[in-house]
Amino acid sequence: MRFVDEYRDAEAASALAGDIAALCEPGRAYRFMEICGGHTHTIYKHGIEDYLPEAVTLIHGPGCPVCVIPMGRVDDAIHIAQQPDVVLTSFGDMLRVPGSRGSFLDAKAAGADIRMVYSPLDSLKIARENPDKRVVFMAIGFETTAPSTAMTLLRAAEAQITNFSVFCNHVTITPPIKTLLDSPGFTVDGFLGPGHVSTVVGCGPYEFIAAERGRPVVVAGFEPLDILESVRMLMRQLAEGRSEVENEYTRVVPWEGNPAALAVMEETMELRPYFEWRGLGFIARSALRLREKYAAYDAERIFEIPGLRVPDPRACQCGEVLKGVIKPWECAVFGTGCTPEKPIGTCMVSSEGACAAYYNFGRFSRARVKEASNR
Amino acid sequence: MNFTEQQVLDRIDKARRRRPRLTAERITLADGAGGKATHTLIEAVFLEHFRNPFLERLDDEVTITLPPGRLAFTTDSYVVSPLFFPGGDIGDLAVNGTVNDLAMGGARPLYLSAAFVLEEGFPTADLRRIAASMAAAAEAAGVAIVTGDTKVVEKGHADGCFITTAGVGIVEHPFDLGPAQVRPGDAVLVSGPIGDHGVTVMLARGELDIESDLTSDTAPLHAPVAALLAVPEVAAGLRCMRDATRGGVATILNEFATASGTAVVVDEAAIPVRAEVRGASELLGIDPLYIACEGRFVIVVDGRQADAALAALRTHPLGAGAVAIGTVVDDPPGLVLLNTEFGGTRIVDMLVGDPLPRIC
Repeated sequence: MRFVDEYRDAEAASALAGDIAALCEPGRAYRFMEICGGHTHTIYKHGIEDYLPEAVTLIHGPGCPVCVIPMGRVDDAIHIAQQPDVVLTSFGDMLRVPGSRGSFLDAKAAGADIRMVYSPLDSLKIARENPDKRVVFMAIGFETTAPSTAMTLLRAAEAQITNFSVFCNHVTITPPIKTLLDSPGFTVDGFLGPGHVSTVVGCGPYEFIAAERGRPVVVAGFEPLDILESVRMLMRQLAEGRSEVENEYTRVVPWEGNPAALAVMEETMELRPYFEWRGLGFIARSALRLREKYAAYDAERIFEIPGLRVPDPRACQCGEVLKGVIKPWECAVFGTGCTPEKPIGTCMVSSEGACAAYYNFGRFSRARVKEASNR
Repeated sequence: MNFTEQQVLDRIDKARRRRPRLTAERITLADGAGGKATHTLIEAVFLEHFRNPFLERLDDEVTITLPPGRLAFTTDSYVVSPLFFPGGDIGDLAVNGTVNDLAMGGARPLYLSAAFVLEEGFPTADLRRIAASMAAAAEAAGVAIVTGDTKVVEKGHADGCFITTAGVGIVEHPFDLGPAQVRPGDAVLVSGPIGDHGVTVMLARGELDIESDLTSDTAPLHAPVAALLAVPEVAAGLRCMRDATRGGVATILNEFATASGTAVVVDEAAIPVRAEVRGASELLGIDPLYIACEGRFVIVVDGRQADAALAALRTHPLGAGAVAIGTVVDDPPGLVLLNTEFGGTRIVDMLVGDPLPRIC
């Protein structure tokens, strides 16, 4: 398959692995955080860690859009779904995310009309086809998915569709990184920058990480060779004493991002004063809401929303996982109380969540897997 | 009046003896009430298509004398959406699926039952089409549909048509096949490219706006199984067979590993997946290993018989694409490991949740 196979070549991977090992200074440990959940998924799915020397550790960051949704917002969405004539739509990943009284799937089983869509435009279509229903799209995601929500709002306004609204939970990528950098005990040597988000925002927003915080950033693609190449680029920067933003994913990410996508976001959305992130707490100016101009499409204004803050279950350490303070398996309930079938925390839900990726693909010590597969 | 009462009564009698015809365009609640309408439905649709001496008796039960051997008995329900998809429909699926469950135990499939739950308002033409494809599938698999039932539920209480089939067959070989028989040193084979059915059905739902020429792989597998059993050394080395339906190949391999306390190591590069299936999987973020097939099966056989088994499978068109995809080792017990094409290793776990509901 073109654009896929050439980035999964085992020989090229071995060559890159050799370079990475050669760049390791004896006795030094390297900790790199991949910000994006898509990277976490790729790393586990393809067994990329098998190519990395012991000295290099990948830490899974907060860039999984499902993982950062706090329980209170899930409860709010379910509350909306339970109102008369409401059809709530969302991406498949959201369906199993636990709220304080169950997930979307539980609410659906109890009678709420909750449907999975692949695009917000599908929600608009449902609204058009069901004029007697009130269709609400639960919007989640970083700047990657926000433009498609924005486009859908523009289409809805243009076609004057009045039974469609958006429950906006879009978040932005740099505030949580700032929060992480400020949090005590946070030690990483560099970042793999989020490739998909960067197609929209470009590479500029990460300059502060490299310039002010002294941590190199390499915006990385999502195929296995992209990850290895990006690790090599980070290692090179460290070896040469540089701290810059570099772009490995040049085939997709333009340095300045996508101005058209940014423009539709700007037209329809604005920063909230603050927003709660699962495990990270409240972060100022870290999420988007609809502008006044689009109030008619804003589920938060149309429906009365409880808006209650629900603390995370006490056993759950998603916050520590999201911050990279602990590895998924270091969480007390990992794989026992909290599994993909019965998740306690969000990190165990999405395939991009660090815990789910680790549980599904990597739940076996690397050394033993190697030993078993070499026989 | 220019005819007598007797003439009228004679005419009624003649009309009643005529083979009943179903003229209504849609199924109504009366069709499932057990009265005259039900009889008309059974005779005009089901008997018409499935016709055989057992069914023609229209008794509550059917009495059969079976050939010698162990009895294999299975049942399965079919709720696929949409009912018609490229390469098949709920009808041939309902026959092939149950035939395959029998075949996986090495049984020769013989007789099926078919029970229908129809939604009020279901188009009669669709029901005829389903019955016709069941009849064709039964003929292809060498089985007869010998008993059945029909219920009709109010509109909105079912989605068109649900079918439950049960089947019996005869096991004529002496071997004990099953996942517990799997042991280190065995080879893992698949009979052909995986994931065709699941992706076809998903695309047929039209929710994705992706077009492809892909068709379902639904097919009866008794013949390729017979080809395996026909080679004495292969038959003696057979451990277990499973058709890779819901949960896909990954789920079956996990069942094998768990039941036998072994580890299955699969080579990703060896797994046959059509380019269209792979493309759709990449787009949707699903793994072909978890996608349902309806005409492919996984075989575990003594490693020393792997080549002979592949050769036997390939003698039949439904096994033409058979390949070895992995081996069984002793450690780590209960786990399925995948050597990725990229050169890494990862775990392949059971499917959690259902990414593709109502695939069969």
